[in-house]
Amino acid sequence: MNAQSPVRRTPTRAINWNRVQDETDLTVWNRLTSNFWLPEKVPLSNDIPSWATLTDYERQLTIRVFTGLTMLDTVQASVGAVSMMPDAVTPHEEAVLTNIAFMEAVHARSYSSIFSTLCSTQEIDEAFRWSEENTHLQKKADLILKHYRATDPLRRKVASCFLESFMFYSGFYLPMHWSSRAKLTNTADLIRLIIRDEAVHGYYIGYKFQRGLERVTEAERAAVKDFAFSLMFELYEVEEAYTEELYDGVGLSEDVKKFLHYNANKALMNLGYEALFPASVTDVNPAILAALSPNSDENHDFFSGSGSSYVIGKAVATEDEDWDF
Amino acid sequence: MAGLVYYSSGSGNTQRFVDRLGLPATRILGETRVTEPYVLITPSYSDGYGNGAVAKPVIRFLNDPANRSLLCGVIASGNRNFGEYFAHAGKIIAAKCGVPVLYRFELSGTDEDVARVRQGLETFWTRQRSIAP
Repeated sequence: MNAQSPVRRTPTRAINWNRVQDETDLTVWNRLTSNFWLPEKVPLSNDIPSWATLTDYERQLTIRVFTGLTMLDTVQASVGAVSMMPDAVTPHEEAVLTNIAFMEAVHARSYSSIFSTLCSTQEIDEAFRWSEENTHLQKKADLILKHYRATDPLRRKVASCFLESFMFYSGFYLPMHWSSRAKLTNTADLIRLIIRDEAVHGYYIGYKFQRGLERVTEAERAAVKDFAFSLMFELYEVEEAYTEELYDGVGLSEDVKKFLHYNANKALMNLGYEALFPASVTDVNPAILAALSPNSDENHDFFSGSGSSYVIGKAVATEDEDWDF
Repeated sequence: MAGLVYYSSGSGNTQRFVDRLGLPATRILGETRVTEPYVLITPSYSDGYGNGAVAKPVIRFLNDPANRSLLCGVIASGNRNFGEYFAHAGKIIAAKCGVPVLYRFELSGTDEDVARVRQGLETFWTRQRSIAP
C-alpha cells in the first residue's frame, strides 16, 4: 500500500447517460422518474369520515395489513434493491436501483402518513408490535432476506421479483376492496400509485433476470427455474396462512387467494416463465379488478363478446410527434 | 387468413404470447414493410399519465402510410397495475388509425387469452372477408 504500487488500479468511472449499453435502463429510468410522487399529494384526510364507518375489527385489520406492507417496503428499500447493486451489469442499472430503493422508502413512509391521518398513536404502536410478533409476516421476510444475503445474483432477482410482484398483494387486496365499496377512496388512490410503481420494478428486475439467464449454462438455467418455482410454492404457503389469519374474520380469505394466484402468475411472467395457477382459481372478483384499473373500459374489446360497443376512432394523419413519446 | 404483425421488447412477453398462438406472424424489426391486411399485437409502455404508451419502433412502422393502410385491428398488452392506462397503446393506435381494439391481455397472457385471440382472429377475418368489396 504505497504510492509506487506497480499494480494499475481500475479507474473510478463517472456514469455517462449519453453512452447507454442497455436502452431499457434509460427507458425505465425515464418511466420511474416521470412517475415520481409523494404521499403529500394525496388528500388522505378526506378519508376520516369513511374511516369512522369501519368497525373496530375492520380498522384493526386495515392497520395490520398496512403495517405488513410497510415491512416489505422497508425490506426492499433497505436490503433488496441495495443488495442487487453490486450485481448490476451496467452503471445505469445501478442508478435505476437507487431509484427503486428510494421509491420503496417513499412507499414505506406513505403508510405512516395514512396512519397519522386516521389512527391513534396507541393503535399504531400496537400494529407495529403485532408485525414484529406475527410469525407468518416474519417468515415472509426471512424467506426473502435469506436470498438477498446469499451470493447468487439470479436467485436474488427471483426473490426480489416475487416480493415486488407477488408478496404485496395479500395486502393490496384490502384497500381495493374498501375502494370497491366506496370506502377509503383517497387511501386507495395512494395505494394505486404504489401498485403502479411495483409493476415497473417487477418488470425491470424480471427483464434483468432474463438477460442474466442468457449468460449461464443450460443446466444452471434449469436449476434456477426449479429454484424459482419451489420458492413460489414456499412463499405461497406462507401467504395462504397469513391471508387466512387476517381475512377469515371478515370472510374474505377465498377472494384474497384468487388475487394471490392471479398475481403469482404475473410474477412468474415477469421472470419469463409460464403461469402456475389455472384459470379456475384466478377468477379475481371483478369488483377488485375494476378497483385496480378504474375507467379502463372493461369489455370494450371485440373478442370479449361485446363487440358492439368497441370504439373506432376517426383516422388522422400520423407523424412522429403526434404519438406522445 | 390474413397476417399478424407484432412488436416485442427485451422482456419477451409479446414474443412468448405470439409463440403460443402458433400463427404465422411478422416481428417489427428495423424497417418492416407489410403487403397484406394484418392485425397488430403490441405491448404498452405508458407512464402514469398515459404518455409514451406506443413503442418507438411501432410508431416508425405505422408512420409508413402503406403499413398503416393495411392495419385492420390492434391487440394490446400491458399490466392492470397501470390502472386506467392498462394497455393504453391499443387505444391510441385505434384512435389514430381508425381501427378497433380487438383484445387486451396482461404481460405474456394466460392460456385463456391465447385461446380467445386464436378464436377471435378466425371470426374477425371471416367477417372482414364477408364485408370486403
